Amino acid sequence: MIFGSINPAVLMAALMVAATPILLAAIGELVVEKSGVLNLGVEGMMIMGACMGFIIAVNPGSPLIGFAGAAAGGMVLAALFALLTQALMTNQVASGLALTLFGLGLTALLGQQYVGITPPRTPRLDLGPLSEIPFLGRAFFRHDIVVYLTVALVGAVWWFLKFTRAGMIMRAVGENHEAAHALGYHVKRVRLFAILFGGACAGLGGAYLSLIRVAGWTEGMTVGAGWIALALVVFASWRPWRAMAGAYLFGGVVVLQLNLQAAGVRIPVEYLSMSPYLITILVLVLISSGRARASLNAPGSLNKPFHASS
Amino acid sequence: MIRLEKRKEPSRIWRIANPFLAVALTMIAGGLMFAALGKDPLVAIRLIFFDPLFSETFASYSRPQLLIKAAPLILIGVGLAIGFKANIWNIGAEGQYIIGALFGAGVALAFFPAPGWYIFPLMILAGAFGGFLWAMIPAILKTRFNTNEILVSLLLVYVAERILAAMALGLMRNPDQPGFPGSRDLRRYEAAHNAELIANTGMHWGGVAAMIAVIFAYVMMTRHMLGFHVKLAGQAPRAARFGGVSPARLVVICLGISGALAGLAGMFEVSGPGGQVRIEFATGYGFTAIIVAFLGRLNPLGVVLAGLLLGLTYIGGELAQMILQIPGAAIQVFQGMLLFFLLALDFQTNYRIRLTRGAAA
Repeated sequence: MIFGSINPAVLMAALMVAATPILLAAIGELVVEKSGVLNLGVEGMMIMGACMGFIIAVNPGSPLIGFAGAAAGGMVLAALFALLTQALMTNQVASGLALTLFGLGLTALLGQQYVGITPPRTPRLDLGPLSEIPFLGRAFFRHDIVVYLTVALVGAVWWFLKFTRAGMIMRAVGENHEAAHALGYHVKRVRLFAILFGGACAGLGGAYLSLIRVAGWTEGMTVGAGWIALALVVFASWRPWRAMAGAYLFGGVVVLQLNLQAAGVRIPVEYLSMSPYLITILVLVLISSGRARASLNAPGSLNKPFHASS
Repeated sequence: MIRLEKRKEPSRIWRIANPFLAVALTMIAGGLMFAALGKDPLVAIRLIFFDPLFSETFASYSRPQLLIKAAPLILIGVGLAIGFKANIWNIGAEGQYIIGALFGAGVALAFFPAPGWYIFPLMILAGAFGGFLWAMIPAILKTRFNTNEILVSLLLVYVAERILAAMALGLMRNPDQPGFPGSRDLRRYEAAHNAELIANTGMHWGGVAAMIAVIFAYVMMTRHMLGFHVKLAGQAPRAARFGGVSPARLVVICLGISGALAGLAGMFEVSGPGGQVRIEFATGYGFTAIIVAFLGRLNPLGVVLAGLLLGLTYIGGELAQMILQIPGAAIQVFQGMLLFFLLALDFQTNYRIRLTRGAAA
């Protein structure tokens, strides 16, 4: 029995690590979309974060500075996107695609000399006795700090959107930018902040890949993680906690698939490794159809340009 | 104070001038990038845009390469442009390109080593059908389940890449050389070889198909009701629906056309310049074609020019890599910048910049 060799606690631990980069990118994009902007450049910002984070972490040798650099790298690309879509009123879909294509190319160029290097290790957060609890300790309390901060970030975004005034303004801008503008809110300023936040999150997610999960840099190493994050936002119907559930579900699929590969199941690796993408599509289909139509929950002004006539 | 004022009508002059301006700006920004890499920018730009066609030493080799690179870009770009016009975003052309190549190669390998005039036409049909089929997945999911076609078509690229690898290592592997991944070389199988039609021009059947596709697309977009529906759905979706244009039908048609054309491009590539089903077969034509479609202003004739230009950057990029040791990725950056500049410049098409004096305005 192949499943017999898989330890559920180890599986759970690996699942959280696999889910974290996508969850980071998804929670950022969720905020962006809540403000009414569709940024399809997540993949580009993620790879930018992966590359910048790696380069910066390797040079002075600190993963923490690396993560800061990754967030900055993601924000630079996001700022470019904001300039195009908010100031120059370009098509959001096309601009997002441009961001992804540009990011993939730029990082391939910047990261050239960094292939094959091992980054400095990010230490595991010492949780003392918690990590010694049988099963639970192994599964939940032996991670690096980013895993926990990501969960905290999900909570913070949920609280921000639901309970703070600024969060409510952001939702108003996303639901109906004409009305928000009429009430005197600065639609573009709100969106600029949201886009930058999304860029920082995507950058962090990318750095988590290059610094911790994969622990190495290769060209195009995000292999669609940014797109899966975009799908996750739809799957979550724009709700933060659901995004987390989705990311963990997805992480579970990835880890299970990797375990099956390692266990030597008689299915070629290529077929197993397409399963995360297929499952993402399947989930998108399930969530987009049926009675509980997720699209009904989409922000009203999503992907619509806003230009104040006066 | 600077203010943007929306134009009543998009400016036609800027629409046509912007692609040229974007190319010029990209050359400047690209030159700066090359300078930052420690290369002489003027030499690099000359090497990329001029030498492949006109230099005495390289042109004999690289001139035919232009059509070889441009044909798939044009073929895919023309199809994408039609969809983009209707706001239907097929960004998974790379996947349809791969599946088309696999279908085409599959037919060829099934007939190997039989001779027969009918094999190549069958491969063409299979290639187009493969791409069509792969594009029908996002199309049907969109029309039946309202699933976002952007995400599905893109995610399917990764699935297609895995299928390609599985085929190269498994089912389609050359049985005579089991030690190597990859299929038989179709260039050595006469009935399936997409050979150069006129020596030293780079013109193969893919180029012919691209020309036919451009003509058809042009006629469809300017003279046929379907083209009108596409444009209407893109510019005024509500009006289109009241006018009896079925959005679902349009999704299927646009994704179907672009998928079939991408599949064709893949098939012509695998049976000609590519030669065999390999893991590294897909080199990103499907993504570059997105830039081609935009740079060509979503107009079939514009796509031809844009396809030739981006084809040129591929060859010039290889040349610059060989002679100046400029990394191959620099060309990707170059292509990305081109799209950025084009999108940014387009604000002039739709908006007018007004200078107003602070509060007095």
